[in-house]
Order: sequence, then structure tokens, then C-alpha cells
Amino acid sequence: MSFMPVMLWSDALVFLLLAASLTGAWYVRQREHLLLPWRRVAQSATAMVSLLVLALFVLVGLLDTLHYRVALPEKNGGETVYSPEVLSVFDKLVMPLRAQTEKTYSAPLAVTLYAKESTDDAHGRVLREYPRLRYGGAHLTDGSQRDGDVLWRGLTGTMWGLVAGLLIVMAGKRYLGKRGWPLRALLMATLVIAGILGMIVNLAAVYHVLGTDKVGQDVLYLSLKSIRTGLIIGTVTTLVTLPLALLLGIAAGYLRGWVDDVVQYIYTVLSSIPSVLLIAAAVLMMQVTIDTHPQWFDTSASRADLRLVFLCLILGVTSWTGLCRLLRGETLKLRELEYIQAAQAFGVSSFRILTRHIVPNVMHIVLISLVMDFSGLVLAEAVLSYVGVGVDPSMISFGTMINGARLEMGREPMVWWALAAAFGFMLVLVLAANLFADVVRDAFDPRLASSTKSE
Amino acid sequence: MIAYLIRRILYALPILAGVNLLTFALFFVVNTPDDMARMQLGIKRVTPDAIEKWKQQRGYDKPLFFNKTEEGTHKITATIFWQKSASMFVLDFGYSDDGRSISREIATRMGPSLAIALPTFLIGLVAYIGFALLMTLFRATALDMAGVALCVLLMSVSGLFYIIGGQFVVSKLWHLVPISGYDGGIGSFKFVVLPIVIGVIGSVGSSSRWYRTIFLEEIGKDYVRTARAKGLSELAVLFRHVLKNAMIPILTGVVVVIPLLFMGSLLTESFFGIPGLGSYTIDAINAQDFSVVRAMVFLGSLLYIAGLILTDISYTMVDPRVRLQ
Repeated sequence: MSFMPVMLWSDALVFLLLAASLTGAWYVRQREHLLLPWRRVAQSATAMVSLLVLALFVLVGLLDTLHYRVALPEKNGGETVYSPEVLSVFDKLVMPLRAQTEKTYSAPLAVTLYAKESTDDAHGRVLREYPRLRYGGAHLTDGSQRDGDVLWRGLTGTMWGLVAGLLIVMAGKRYLGKRGWPLRALLMATLVIAGILGMIVNLAAVYHVLGTDKVGQDVLYLSLKSIRTGLIIGTVTTLVTLPLALLLGIAAGYLRGWVDDVVQYIYTVLSSIPSVLLIAAAVLMMQVTIDTHPQWFDTSASRADLRLVFLCLILGVTSWTGLCRLLRGETLKLRELEYIQAAQAFGVSSFRILTRHIVPNVMHIVLISLVMDFSGLVLAEAVLSYVGVGVDPSMISFGTMINGARLEMGREPMVWWALAAAFGFMLVLVLAANLFADVVRDAFDPRLASSTKSE
Repeated sequence: MIAYLIRRILYALPILAGVNLLTFALFFVVNTPDDMARMQLGIKRVTPDAIEKWKQQRGYDKPLFFNKTEEGTHKITATIFWQKSASMFVLDFGYSDDGRSISREIATRMGPSLAIALPTFLIGLVAYIGFALLMTLFRATALDMAGVALCVLLMSVSGLFYIIGGQFVVSKLWHLVPISGYDGGIGSFKFVVLPIVIGVIGSVGSSSRWYRTIFLEEIGKDYVRTARAKGLSELAVLFRHVLKNAMIPILTGVVVVIPLLFMGSLLTESFFGIPGLGSYTIDAINAQDFSVVRAMVFLGSLLYIAGLILTDISYTMVDPRVRLQ
């Protein structure tokens, strides 16, 4: 085989999460009363457009999660040797972006490097000039043709994107016409996104659309790779928070007594430590463990990956307390209601009461808190990486991009594109997540639903 | 009141003990002092002698909980737990890796931290509540919608962007204030003004939206309808009734952070070169100075618990129905 599939820890967790959400979706589809709030979400134009944007991000993230290692041409005694470099399907798709590295910084859409270099011309004279890029705009014979070429390629790319978008829109309209979805907004958004994507794809074929960084890597590629890291931080963390908060919160609220005391004690202790400090302390300790056990990891990617998983774990441990407190309070309220008391009077076991009556009735709190936390976690990653307790420095993420670019702030003229790209991508992701979360909260929170009715 | 306070402080002790145990477990049980020594001295070339020396210099060359080689009470006191963790209860934080007293560092660095954090907090409080009241006054109009949209947008921007962007525009393009630095006394004004402004702007989005939710919840209540029926103007209703009644949820979120202001802000201080506790912590994290991080964790939870107690006291001041017993 010419490649070997690699399942990193974070990949496994992502697939677990994917399976869980698909099962959840299938479960909800079967039940009309659970579907109802989702219908309300689906009617909101804001939610559906944000969801479309989020879906694109998730698609990139998922493609970037299918990892493999390429076989090297030389064999070691009949045994195939695999490259230590772990690639993903996404890397394969955008191979030119990944492979076409320049020498150092170049501005977005530039055809020359950002700094002058000395070169010898044919007559042996030393010239100080901006050297042409190896790949960016290499098809142009003269750098001055660039503006026209960029304009032309941008326009044709947009046109192609729009055509493709129109085809999708026509197909979509036939199938989705009767669902009561905000079709107009969705179709407009599809067209706009398709146009932008077409333009970027057409330009990225021959230019570095967002420039290159210090070691000449394409910033667009880095930004796209960062998406996976951000998404994993935002989602895998819930795999830790959810069981902890659900189990302990409901147990404390339902059983009361000493269980309640213990759970309350644990979450008061954890929440009394400022979260950045707790995360910093835990990450420092994790670093010591990882550094003193280099034999655990066969590739540098697997080391960086385990660090990411640990970071999610730590973020989960520090952030379950809020949800736990909410669930405890809600359970305390629920257990006094008549239908629970009736179930108790009928002799239904505690376990069945919890699974049949309590858990389904607190799920809206869980869901709201999960979607609301997502954007905060994505933003937290950048801050933690800046502080030095985030992801591994070799892992591409918004935090490491900002961290690397920050040092270039002092340069004259300034290298701004890596910062702008990281902040821009983060803004789009977090804004979409925030808007979607707002609609989900409005649709699922019974308190809000009743207050809008009474007015 | 006094009895209540004493009881609350006694309640706080087991929590602090928990924090203490947790940090102890994190720093000494998950990784042994040997691991830490190896990490600090470099993984590859490190001799057992060097590790022993490193541990001895920092007082880590003792058993964790129980010292069999010592006599009497020293069995307990001559251990890492007693000397490094339990001693924090009397605010004895020991020495950092560069040999300075952590307690003294904390005392000198609190000033600069407060010089940024306190004005940010006060200006922010007034600005956010004002903005939220404005949105509440014009609720369900285009102005309110625009305000909420602005809040969501501001919330979605990374905090790092405000700092980096602010430094770039104000300091680098306009040359209004120095990029970073600090000076004692009145000279510090030009250094602190930008961090304060950025700090206030940085949480306009989430805070104003949160206050707006609180006010909107209050405004649906019966007493508001009564107040309007009396013929009060909308402004009078907002300031005299809604604001007063919203005090409990506002205080719940606000008072608890007041003691934590001493800790300063990690990001702001390190970007602007303010010699406060925030930059102290960041430097310690980067230098992997574990004793400083441990001290800051303990100090942080101590201040947080103080904030919780202050919150309870503040309730009695705004709500005559609350009595502490």
C-alpha cells in the first residue's frame, strides 16, 4: 500500500463526536416534540445562514481529520517505510498551497518577496531588488502585468463560482422548496459564498492570496488548517464537560444529602481558581510529562495531537462547573414537581426516574450551554496559545499564527496579513457560532418562549 | 453580621484546603520533583547530581507528606507538603526561581495591576450599564437591534485583536501614547490610558448584552406596569425602579470580581509591559517557575472566595429583605 491511514487521538474523538451527533439527530428526527424547537431554529434566516457557514468550516475540519502517512520509495528489507510526516485528505486536496512555499514573507497577491535582496545579474553586477517569487505569479513574464491579471482572474473566478452557486441554488430550490426554510436568505448566502470561493480558488491557483509567512508558507493554507484546531477545541472539550456535569449535577440535585455536599464542594473548589491559572498550571504539568516521556510518540504530529487532546481535557475539567451548577438547580426544581412524585409513588426506581423524567427535561439546558460555550472556547485557544499554555507550537492554529505574526508588528513596513487572516477567519467562525447559538437559545429556552408570548 | 462573617470565613477554609491539595497534587504528585528538575535542567544531558542540587536549592529534597528521618513534629513539617503548600495559608509563598521573595513581589506589583484594573472596572461598569439602559429604553426598535448586533459582533472579535489593533492604531500610526512601559505616580497616565480604553472596549459586547438581558427581564414585571400606570416617565421607571431592582443580579456578577482586580489582567499587562501581577504570572508560566504559578493559583482562589463573601454582604446593602444570619 502506498499510504497508511493514521488515526490520531483527536481524530478518534472527532469521529466519536460525529457519531454521537448523528445518533442524536436520528433520535430527534423520530420524535415530533423534540423536533419542534429545531423547526423554530430552521425558520430563522440568521440561524440557517450561520449554519451554512459553520458547515463549510466543519467540512474543512473533517477533511483535515482524515490522516495518513505516505510510503517512502526506499524499502527497509522488504518492509515498507512510511514518511514521518502525517498528512490529511485536506492537505492532499490543497497540495499546491502546501507545497509551494516561498523563501520568506510576501504580501497578499504579491509577485515579489517583501524584502530586497542582493542578486548578481548577467554582467556580474550586484543588484538590490525585490526578487520574484518562486510560485506567486510565476506565470507572468513581467511583474507589472499583475494588477490586470489579478482583476481578470478574480472576475472569472467569481463568475465561475456564481455559475456553480446558481446550479446548487436551482437544485436546492427543487428539493428544499416545501420545508418552510428561509430559502431566499439561504440562496443569497449560497451565491455570495460560491462567488467568493470561486474567486479565491481561481486566484490561489497562481498567487498567495493571503501572502506568505516568515518561512514562506501560504497564509491561506495556514488559516484553513487552523480551522480544525479551533473546531476540536470547541467541540471535543464537550466530551469531558458533558458527562461530568450531567452525572454530577443531576446526582447532586436528585439525591441531595452528602452527594450534594460533595459535588458542591468539588465544583466550588474548581471554580474558585481563576480558570486561566488552573489551565496554565495543568498545562505546565502536562508539558513536563510529555517532555520526560518522548518514547510515547512515534511522530511529532502525534505528540502535538496528544497535547491538543490534553488541552481539551483540561479545558473540560475547568469548565464543567458552570453547567453542573445549572443542572443541579434545575434538578432540584424538577424533583419537587408532581409527575416525579407520582413516579416515586408508583415505585419507579431512581435510575428510571432519572433517565426517563429528569435527563430529557434538562437537555435543553445542556444544549444551550454547549452551543454558547463553543465560541468562547475557540477564542480561548488563541489567548492560551499566546500565554504559552495552548496548543503545541508546531500545531497550526489561530493562536500560533497570531503568536508568530505578533513579533513582526515592529517591522517597517508592517507584516499585517498573517494577523489579519487569523483574526478574520476567527471572526467569521465565532460570529457564525454566536449567531447560531443565540437562535438555538431562543428556540429552546422555555423561559424566553413564555415571556415573548405573554407580552 | 459578625457571626455570619466568621462562619463564612470558616466555610472558606475547606475550599482553600481543597485548592491547596489540588495544586499540590498537580505540581508534585502528577510529576515528581525529579521530573521538574530534569525539565528545567534540559532533558538530554542531566546528571543525578545536578538533579539533587536543583532539588536541594529549592527545598524539594524532602518526602512529600511524611519524613521518617526527622524527630517529633518535624516528621510532618520537614516535608514538601508542609513547607510548600500548607505554608501558603499564612501567606508565606516562599521564593521564586530567581531567589526573590514572592510575597514581596506580590506586594510591589499589586499597585500597577490596580492602576489598570480598577479604572477599567469602574469605567466599564458605568459604560456597559449605560449602554444597556439605552438599549432597554429603545427596546424592540431599530436602535436596539443595531445595539445587539454590535454587541454580538464585538463579542466575536478575539480579545487579542483589540490589544494588537489598539496598539497599532493609537501608538504606532497616531503616536498618541507610548506602545508599552510604566512609570510610577502621575507619569503613568500616558501608559495606562490605552490599556484602560482597550480593556473597556474589549468586553463591551458581552457585558452590555448581559445587562440588557437583566433589564429586559425586570421590565416585564408587574411593579414596572404599576410605575407606568402611576404616570412615571419611561426614564424615571428605568432609573428609579428597574435599575434598583436589577441590582441583585448585577451585584452577583460584579462584586465577585472586585478582589480579583488585584491580580490584574494577563494579556493587557504583558502586551503593554505593565509590571503588575498579570505579567508576573505570564513570565512565570513562560519561565516555568512553578512556585510562582502555585502562589498565584492560591492567591487567585483566596481573592475569589473573598469576592463571594463580599457579594453576600453587598446584597444586604441593596436589598432590605436580605439579612445575613
